[in-house]
Amino acid sequence: MKTIKLNSTIMNIKKISTLALIGLFFIACSNDDDKPDLLNEEEVITTMTVTLTPASGGDAIILESRDIDGPNGPKEPVRTVSGNLQANTSYNGSIVLLNETESPAEDITEEVAEKDKEHQFFFSSEGSIGTTTYADEDGDGNPVGLKFTVATTDAGEGKLGITLRHEPKKPNNGTLEDAGGSTDIAQTFDITIE
Amino acid sequence: MRNTLIVLCIMVFQSVFYSQECNNILIGEVIDFHNKKPLADAIIQIKSNDKSFYSDNLGKFTITNLCNGTIELEVYHPDCSTRFITIDIKGNTYKKITLEHHLEELEEVKVTGSILDKTNSAQETVLKSEELESYSSSTLGDALKQINGVSSLNTGSNIVKPIIQGLGGSRILILNNGVRMQDMEWGDEHAPNIDINATNQARVVKGAAALQYGGDAIGGIILLEQNKIPKKDSIYGKTILNGVSNGRGGSISSELTKTYKNGYYIKGQASYKKLGDVETPNYILSNTGVSQYGASLDLGKLTFEKGWSAYYSYFNTTIGILKSSHIGNVDDLITAINSSEPRIANSFTYTISNPRQKVRHHLGKLKYHRRFEGLGKLNVQYDLQQNQRYEYDTRVGKDEGKASLDLKLTTQTLSVDFKLDANESKKYLFGLLGRYQENFANPDTGVRRLIPDYDKFDFGIFATTEYKFLDNGTIDAGIRYDFSKIDAQKYYKKSRWEERNYSTDFSGIIIEDFPTQLLANPIFKYHNFSGTVGFQYYFKNENQFRFNYALSQRIPNPSELFSDGLHHSAARIELGDLRIKSETSHRFSSSINKKNDKWGYEFLPFINFISGYILLEPTGVELSIRGAFPVSEYRQTDARLIGLDASLYSIWTTNLRTDHKFSIVKGKDVKNNIPLINIPPVRLQNGITFSKKEWLNLNIELQSEYVFRQNEYPDNIYVYSPQQKQEVELDINTPPNSYQLLKLDSEIKLPLKNKNTLTVGLGISNLLNTTYRDYLNRLRLFSDDLGRNLTIRLKLNY
Repeated sequence: MKTIKLNSTIMNIKKISTLALIGLFFIACSNDDDKPDLLNEEEVITTMTVTLTPASGGDAIILESRDIDGPNGPKEPVRTVSGNLQANTSYNGSIVLLNETESPAEDITEEVAEKDKEHQFFFSSEGSIGTTTYADEDGDGNPVGLKFTVATTDAGEGKLGITLRHEPKKPNNGTLEDAGGSTDIAQTFDITIE
Repeated sequence: MRNTLIVLCIMVFQSVFYSQECNNILIGEVIDFHNKKPLADAIIQIKSNDKSFYSDNLGKFTITNLCNGTIELEVYHPDCSTRFITIDIKGNTYKKITLEHHLEELEEVKVTGSILDKTNSAQETVLKSEELESYSSSTLGDALKQINGVSSLNTGSNIVKPIIQGLGGSRILILNNGVRMQDMEWGDEHAPNIDINATNQARVVKGAAALQYGGDAIGGIILLEQNKIPKKDSIYGKTILNGVSNGRGGSISSELTKTYKNGYYIKGQASYKKLGDVETPNYILSNTGVSQYGASLDLGKLTFEKGWSAYYSYFNTTIGILKSSHIGNVDDLITAINSSEPRIANSFTYTISNPRQKVRHHLGKLKYHRRFEGLGKLNVQYDLQQNQRYEYDTRVGKDEGKASLDLKLTTQTLSVDFKLDANESKKYLFGLLGRYQENFANPDTGVRRLIPDYDKFDFGIFATTEYKFLDNGTIDAGIRYDFSKIDAQKYYKKSRWEERNYSTDFSGIIIEDFPTQLLANPIFKYHNFSGTVGFQYYFKNENQFRFNYALSQRIPNPSELFSDGLHHSAARIELGDLRIKSETSHRFSSSINKKNDKWGYEFLPFINFISGYILLEPTGVELSIRGAFPVSEYRQTDARLIGLDASLYSIWTTNLRTDHKFSIVKGKDVKNNIPLINIPPVRLQNGITFSKKEWLNLNIELQSEYVFRQNEYPDNIYVYSPQQKQEVELDINTPPNSYQLLKLDSEIKLPLKNKNTLTVGLGISNLLNTTYRDYLNRLRLFSDDLGRNLTIRLKLNY
């Protein structure tokens, strides 16, 4: 009597364990061959090209910042300045943004221009780089910064800082603190003015 | 002999009156369940007519003149639990009746104070349900800090990760109702997904001495348990209502249990908590609210010999992360550290906006147990858990409402153990465990996966024993083996793959090559061994001595191996390393204590040598087109932790008691001879309690907590600031100053009708509204800690 009871209990336990084990394996095997989807980050900006053309005409100077593995990669952005700026000169600036993680490269400038109410560039200057002025505006009459002007002062060293904010407060008082939003670009170029 | 005579007399006497059909004899034998020895002087009572019989020295008894049919007997023995049994009488009948003398193991309600230890020689402390109830509107981590030697790593006031003697995260196992929590404990801002109201008792075992729960508890084990279910017809419950001033919210929790004499029971519980922005003495901490609810259901049939239970719990929490802690790049971080107030301080709101985290946890368990006479007890348990975690950042555009991190962790475990406890002085426990875990990182976030998809298999086997070699001395030992296999599929940016130098060591694991990314399939196998040996000895003068050595090994967690990328809510790039191996800990601890009704003390020194200690610390910045981001990297070294938890209490009069606690831990990276990061500072607590039964059970406690400054910390790092165009010191490791907080807690109990009671409590934490920052609060870089908080607590027992 006892043994039968004991046996039946052990049987029960065996049954339960077997079922549970089968359950484990069933779930364990079901997903094994699934490869996770490749995820390409959307709207990544890798490259910013700033073309500065003298207002009075002449050769343009190109400022470029390239971060080929994107903002989330270990590689540092490489900044290049194609030449020196002239002293006491006014330049027309225009900005082009690219996503070079894709091939062919995707032009992000259009995206910014389309959604200009959600974007704004902020400029900072130091040394022989003088004031910057916005040369474009969005549908509400607020500045965007894809087009701008910058004036140089006397010869020397200068810095031009460019920050792109996504969904800043618009209008704002021109400072990054007031604008808020999220930073898509924050680059500063060292420029020689001769 | 005399009994036999009496029985004979009764037989003769009764047979005169009873008819012929009812002349059956029942011969019974009462024996001990475990050692099969006869139990003398047991009282056997027939339920229908209240006649009583006694067992003789051989445990035997005889009842005569029984009719065919069934009779119900109540069998009572002073050393054992009472049993009700039904016997079929069919002619002369023989019945063996076993009684259980392991009273402590019966599933019965215990008198307060008689909570038994889970381990023989480890440092172990229990928080009882009244102690947990006063934290009903708070977190488990806050409640556990009442235990000397337990501190916490916080992210604000709602994300509280327990730390035991300097170690936390994956080095602590949390067993929720017998189920090991699998809730992504690997992240610094991942708090245990546990509703403190769903647990009745919390036990902390320091170190890895309780091998049956796992061999990787280098820091310790937290066991969350339910109250024992009484085997009687009863219905009872409680409701706790809290009002909280700091956060301007509160919580409600209710619990109801119905029990039956035959062992059936059902218990339900639910709770809800809502807090808005919390405040420091000087300003509001924007976006620090919490909204949380949970429910659990437990039912089953438990008897001494066998039983089953089914348990399910659900937990759902949404926690706001301080808005100012969301920084864009390293210059924002430098600005935040240097400014004395947070960047954003909006007016108070209950709304939780981004950044925030939202976590759901399902936990289900089925358990069966059966006792075998003269042998022991078998437990079989299956559990299933699912942890779904979302982390939301301040994203913009079409991604605004999208989570940046979306992980689903599903874990199933089957475990079997057998306890051989027939022999009082020698007990054995054997067990087996199989576990399968699957992590799914949802790519719909549009953000690179911080933790990849992986499958994990675990298999464990253990044996432990306790041997009582003297009346007042017990030795214990245990051994355990764990096999684990992690099979992950992870995309690496090619540049990251190069930066980590994986191309030489791991070129074989690449399964697919994309233009900018690689799909790798890291498979790691681990064979881990753990063991423990210890003893316990009682001296004549109420002193108790315990010593324990524990060897434990922990496999690296997914975060330590695979982390890769910008962890937005932590505002840093976190980098794991595929080369990280298991940690091995050798921990020696002892416990000397004494407890009586006048005074008591406890002295718990320990030393823990950990080879391959894995830590995450800031190492520099990574520059990108978006600016510079602080980087934290995992690295592995050898560490040594030494510490002492000491406590003393003194009962001066029946109304007055004082408590004193001191805890210190020193952590060192012995390979590089530098202090370890995030080691809790020295803490000194003193409390005075006044209680008077006559005044509605009045209880007032005033507690002072003094936290010293942590003077041992790794150096700050120097990083390049794009804004300042130079290397600057990032003041990220410097600990804040020491601080002292006062806390008051008081309560009275009002008796109501029908034996119900209403407990009214008032608690004030940070009584003096002190401005302070805590070294182990990750948001200390951005803001002060909480100001005064007033809690009103109403508890109704029914």
